[in-house]
Amino acid sequence: MDLSNEKLIEMYRTMKKIREFETKAAELFAEGRIPGFVHLYIGEEAVATGVCANLKDSDYITSTHRGHGHIIAKGGDLKYMFAELFGRVTGYCKGKGGSMHIADADKGILGANGIVGAGHNIAVGAGLSSKYRGTDQVCVCFFGDGSTNQGTFHESLNMASIWKLPVIFVCENNLYGISMHQSRHQAIQDVADRAVAYNIPGVVVDGNDVLAVYEAAREAINRARNGQGPTLIECKTYRHRGHFEGDPTTYRDEEEVREWLEKDPISRLINYMLENNVATEDDIKNIDGEIAEEIKEAIKFAEESPFPPVEAAVEDIYTDIVEEVRR
Amino acid sequence: MIKTITYSEAIREGMRKKMRENPNVFILGEDVGEFGGCFGVTGDLIKEFGAERVRDTPISEGAIVGCAVGAAATGLRPIAELMFNDFVTVGMDQLVNQAAKMRYMFGGKITLPMVVRLPAGAGTRAAAQHSQSLEAWLTHVPGLKVVYPSSPQDAYGLILSAIDDDNPVIFMEHKVLYASSGEVDLDMDPIPLGVADVKREGEDVTIIATAKMVHEALAASEELAKDGIEAEVIDPRTLYPLDKETIFKSVEKTNKVVIVTEETKRGSYAGEIAAIISEERFDYLDAPIVRVCCLDTPIPFSPVLEDYVIPNSKDIVNAVKKMF
Repeated sequence: MDLSNEKLIEMYRTMKKIREFETKAAELFAEGRIPGFVHLYIGEEAVATGVCANLKDSDYITSTHRGHGHIIAKGGDLKYMFAELFGRVTGYCKGKGGSMHIADADKGILGANGIVGAGHNIAVGAGLSSKYRGTDQVCVCFFGDGSTNQGTFHESLNMASIWKLPVIFVCENNLYGISMHQSRHQAIQDVADRAVAYNIPGVVVDGNDVLAVYEAAREAINRARNGQGPTLIECKTYRHRGHFEGDPTTYRDEEEVREWLEKDPISRLINYMLENNVATEDDIKNIDGEIAEEIKEAIKFAEESPFPPVEAAVEDIYTDIVEEVRR
Repeated sequence: MIKTITYSEAIREGMRKKMRENPNVFILGEDVGEFGGCFGVTGDLIKEFGAERVRDTPISEGAIVGCAVGAAATGLRPIAELMFNDFVTVGMDQLVNQAAKMRYMFGGKITLPMVVRLPAGAGTRAAAQHSQSLEAWLTHVPGLKVVYPSSPQDAYGLILSAIDDDNPVIFMEHKVLYASSGEVDLDMDPIPLGVADVKREGEDVTIIATAKMVHEALAASEELAKDGIEAEVIDPRTLYPLDKETIFKSVEKTNKVVIVTEETKRGSYAGEIAAIISEERFDYLDAPIVRVCCLDTPIPFSPVLEDYVIPNSKDIVNAVKKMF
């Protein structure tokens, strides 16, 4: 593979940033400092990172309830992300969206999404839009194995296929739809098999190997940019944490968890970098230190930011109507 | 240029005008291309604009609406046609959880200029899944605007505004009105959303009616006039935003209100209008507000039954007379 050391180090930085962001989010949630729900991406970092390393700022992504990793990999700013998680006015969505609805149109992030499978349709719309406007933008649609049983998945693959849209469907198969093991929620082992029904390429890749993900995504994205239409990439991965923070995860046995922890994508990339003289242990330590500092700053920014004024509750529903305040 | 055209043609000509003005306006939906739309509304637009801009889709209502959301979020101005208003149920997640909420959830940092056209209403003997009036479901959702014209002129002026709007607009069209014709000034300014029209002036009772019911209300008014009752007929034209001022002005004058819609009465938008008047103009009312709506049944098939459950001018006359 013709990956430069810089690119590899950049991918390491992204993965580590996601891991540390999520680890901090778990702590803050446990301490009661972050309200609501959080769904963490720990263990799946190689997928968002390997895919987004191929994207330009102008490209689009749609994301899921487990969206922090996608947003960081697409260039999201940790300050505004934490501020959103804390419900502050400086957050990406002025505190109106929260963890499940972070979006940044300037970076092509069309939103995390609280409805499983909803991003598929929106991704097709973005892909159609790129093609209509004659740009070379692509849209990556991230989703979990659970969502491939929604009608939206099938409708979207069909539409993207018949119209040859520049959409890359990236399934993060982490083996569970909440508590339900894949073997119980669908009668196939490889989600990628479903590509056959839509006459598009279906690729299975080790989702904990960022280099493999990068390579598969590069090919699919090139195809999409060249007008050859969509690809379904299935990344086999695992979430280290529960579906949401607080999930007792009684549905998974320890042996399975242990096996997957051994396949941790970040440790694997570190080993690769050390073995191939991409970086030294000191280099990695330095990067880790910078990330820790960035996260500390981001949390400080978030916690020092004000909550939104209550009047803001009736704003931003429409471009031209502010609802009445009736209290 | 003033022309006599149908309600259906008025919608088509409005779309044509906007598509000529702005290359980012396009249509998508089932059979809207060569076939011209199931009710013929898109007609020959494909001849002028081609298959990219008048795009046939598979039968996937969720994906049609979702595709419009994604396209609108990335710079286009889609007009999605769902073949029947009843089929909006299939696309409801994309409308309610996505289109309506995206701007808000994202802190106002996105615009979604999209129109969803919904052929609605009963009277075509199409039975329970092809005849409903689901405006209450849609007006219930903050983030959507809902339009429902009653005449070719209004349909033309309102579709122009709907396409120009930077928010998701539900454009309901009454199927029975498609063939009705009237004069339309094709050079008119767009009719702003949220402006009602007084279709008939009167001093004695205010009849607020939408879409096909406007015509029933006007017919009823002629009957009532024979008995010396002069009804004022108000067509809100846009259900959200609702032109409360025009309604209030009339209520203050007549002190009596009848609201006529084709929805089933339970949970209807007619009830919402009644509640608004009660909350804000109670002191002006001389009688309880009356709703004349569809009976609380699915729309039956047999013409005898369908005609029985849908309100008509006679029902309106009876309702008004009871107030005097």
